[in-house]
Amino acid sequence: MQFETIIGLEVHAQLLTESKMFCRCSAGYASADPNTHVCPVCLGLPGALPVINHGAVQATIMTGLALTCSIPEYSKFDRKNYIYPDLMKGYQISQYDLPLCGGGVLPLVIDGKRKDIGITRVHLEEDTARLVHRTANGETYSLVDVNRSGVPLMEIVSEPDMRSPEEARAYLMALRQILRYIGVSTANMEEGAFRCDANVSQRTLDGSVIGPKVEIKNMNSFRSVERALAFEVERQRKALRDGEALVQETRGWVEDQGITVSQRTKEFAHDYRYFPEPDLPPLVLDRAEVDGIQSRMAELPTARRDRFIEQYGLNEREAELLTVEREVADFFEVTVDGDSDRAREASNWITGEIFALMRDSGLELEDVKISPEQIRELIELVGEDTINNRTAKEVLVAVHETGKSPREIVEERGLAQVSDEAQLLAVVRSVVDEHPDAVTDYQNGKKAAIGFLIGQVMRQMRGTANPGVARSLLEQTLAERVTS
Amino acid sequence: MSELINRSAVELRDLLDNGEISAVDVLDAHLARVEAVEASVNAFITITDDVARAQAQAADQRIKNGTAGPMTGIPVGLKDILCTTDAPTTAGSKLLEGYRSPYDATVVKMLREQDALFIGKANTDEFAMGSSTEHSAYQFTSNPWKLDHVPGGSSGGSAAAVSAQEVSVSLGSDTGGSIRQPAGFCGVVGLKPTYGRVSRFGLIAFASSLDQIGPFARSVEDAALLLGAISGKDPNDATSVDTAIPDYRATLGGDLTGVRVGVAEEYQIDGMDSRVEESVKQAIGELEKLGAEIVPISLPHTEHALATYYIIAPAEASANLARFDGVKYGMSLAQDNLLDTYLQTRGKGFGPEVKRRIMLGTYALSSGYYDAYYVQAQKVRTLIKRDFDEAFQNVDVIAAPTSPTVSFQRGARSADPMQMYLSDVFTIPANMAGIPGIAVPCGFADGLPVSLQFMGRAFDEATVLRVAHAYEQNTEWHTSNPPLDAQISTAS
Ligand SMILES: [Zn+2]
Repeated sequence: MQFETIIGLEVHAQLLTESKMFCRCSAGYASADPNTHVCPVCLGLPGALPVINHGAVQATIMTGLALTCSIPEYSKFDRKNYIYPDLMKGYQISQYDLPLCGGGVLPLVIDGKRKDIGITRVHLEEDTARLVHRTANGETYSLVDVNRSGVPLMEIVSEPDMRSPEEARAYLMALRQILRYIGVSTANMEEGAFRCDANVSQRTLDGSVIGPKVEIKNMNSFRSVERALAFEVERQRKALRDGEALVQETRGWVEDQGITVSQRTKEFAHDYRYFPEPDLPPLVLDRAEVDGIQSRMAELPTARRDRFIEQYGLNEREAELLTVEREVADFFEVTVDGDSDRAREASNWITGEIFALMRDSGLELEDVKISPEQIRELIELVGEDTINNRTAKEVLVAVHETGKSPREIVEERGLAQVSDEAQLLAVVRSVVDEHPDAVTDYQNGKKAAIGFLIGQVMRQMRGTANPGVARSLLEQTLAERVTS
Repeated sequence: MSELINRSAVELRDLLDNGEISAVDVLDAHLARVEAVEASVNAFITITDDVARAQAQAADQRIKNGTAGPMTGIPVGLKDILCTTDAPTTAGSKLLEGYRSPYDATVVKMLREQDALFIGKANTDEFAMGSSTEHSAYQFTSNPWKLDHVPGGSSGGSAAAVSAQEVSVSLGSDTGGSIRQPAGFCGVVGLKPTYGRVSRFGLIAFASSLDQIGPFARSVEDAALLLGAISGKDPNDATSVDTAIPDYRATLGGDLTGVRVGVAEEYQIDGMDSRVEESVKQAIGELEKLGAEIVPISLPHTEHALATYYIIAPAEASANLARFDGVKYGMSLAQDNLLDTYLQTRGKGFGPEVKRRIMLGTYALSSGYYDAYYVQAQKVRTLIKRDFDEAFQNVDVIAAPTSPTVSFQRGARSADPMQMYLSDVFTIPANMAGIPGIAVPCGFADGLPVSLQFMGRAFDEATVLRVAHAYEQNTEWHTSNPPLDAQISTAS
């Protein structure tokens, strides 16, 4: 049997709003002590009422626009009823039949080919509290941290358009990139700001066998999504081949064992008893407001990549590297500062030295103490022959370490390039005198020996010699030695 | 000073502002009254005399400083479903015994800021579910007119406390008639404002799309005074509405010339007490004498209101009451595992009426039944609302009985929930439509008060109050007090 894999993904992304979804508590709880970002509303105390955080609504609409979703004129919140200790009110305020954003598309490039993944809907809801399970004296117990309760959570549901775990991963990476680009979410998966559930099933290419849909939960990284899906694809295919019964169910990924295990079968599926949230008026989405959100939306990664190629003459690889993260692309454009002639150098510096620095130090761009203005200054220093490329790299590291400007460092450390012929000639002559073997090699036709001699000049000059001037003086001196 | 309990809130306001009496005098008079009658009436679950004492002293200071508000120094009762920081809030339920809210309901905060005197937390049917206050987990409240009769419900404690002159005014909540029906049973004025006029923040929710807080008083003018003090948009309640708040007291007065009063045929039903029917008929005659034009109208979907209500209200309640799980606050019957803790706490903590409604609501929302019940009920609700919209094209207010009967004896309807539910058949439509309704005394039957209801356009409480006031001022019904002292001395 030839199988085809069908995958659809549900992503929950926490929104980067200042306050929570329905109260004024700060949504930034990451480093807070447990139960310090709480109030009667997010604690679900008797009598408390929700009030919509309009910033979260706008961020969701912006996400919808970025995914080319339709934005209806009318939307509403609903109550999703279930009882669990992390759900303070005994129901979650979510959206059922009238989400903020309707169908859209997320274009992927897979093996150089474009593939569109359909977006079913994007809706807004509130996050739950966090349960912490402990064991003490052989007894297990659970604690509830309510800080996360009521944090705005956006659910992005894809169509079942992915055909492999690799495509699923590519979709998640692209979605994460967009959310970060438009600034609505950190989309940090390890911190729980970006969570993914997958629906996966198998069918034969001729359509004669269609396997049941299985939902996979508990995948906490992009890698675990790919691994869990790969495991599940094999599990399902084997079962279908062997004629074993497959059931529609929810399974959990067990990271350390690399397997999925059954959690809940369809017979025990929840009846969430959705109904319209009576505490909140329906949302009427004014066209002008939606247009305003569209106009405030940052340029999306693919558009920016194409523009970089067009406007700055970069190649695809460079443009891709520079637009993976919005911060990098912004950094690049501030460095270029409207002067396209600077683009090539700026790109080299950022994708070369800055990336290397980030890799080596493990820092994010925002933590690297080098500004685009400083890179621009560095490019100028090289362009005006004040320093050479080699020194420039040294200056860059010094800028990061000291926070001083490149010019300051060049001056302080006497790194300005020496082009003065009289000064350089003295050094050249002493180098020639000290290395007769190399001179002989050169005169015997091993022209490469001049490289060694230039290196010696540089060494004596602590790298500040103008390499062009040094070379021509060396060539001159060696020629004189032959004739004399 | 004991005659101070006979004063209306607006009279007390003048006396306080003129310096003829102090807020401490007002408090002492009312606490003496509480002392004398509360054992017989049982209007309050908690008496908060210490809180009121401090408020009276602050009120006197405020009056001296010239910063008094309309409610400064006025004794108020609060239905025990309104959250207060300085007294337990039980919602009439064992599940919330001793529960202390860390915040004040918005209406409580508004009154506290004026140093109104909080005399106590008034008894209520558990989670406001009931029409006789017999479903309180704490105590029976008596109807001051006949102590073995019910005060109505669910705000029975708030109604009885005003009727028994333990407080000048009180606050209740009305989901299907829970202010107007007990006001009617106890012979006082009760007003359910337009949905959205008064903040619900801090009102423990029964049915969120229907609940509204409103005043009880012994006169329309006092009700107007208290309504003015609690109205307005609240940033904490998204369903509260930002719209002009008239000076309700200032709009009172004058006759009813040019006022069109609608009378709907659908408000005469089988099983109605003929004495109620007669009293209401006479009251409408009175309105005509005062210059009103009586206009026959039709509200054709009225007959479906009760059934619709008993889908929507329990549906919302089933979700609103889900948070009471014995884990976070209130009663907790902790067991070895979580599910048993839920089952034990909710099984023992909720009374039978609450459980009945949770089950009704859960059923109505269940997969496979939702469209047939909840969705259908919402459609009917829209039709009921449309009935009123059309009627108000031609009339300014609608007059109707408040309840089909007068108060009944304790226990008389306990065995038959349907009989109990019928008490609210005339009050439920206003909740379904979100419009204001007021109950005013319009007669007596065997020593028990009969009540007339006026309903008005959304946010037009001013007209409702003006018509009710004109009727009240030209009749004597509101002037008599229940024969409480006589009943108490007979009993002892
Ligand atoms: Zn909060």
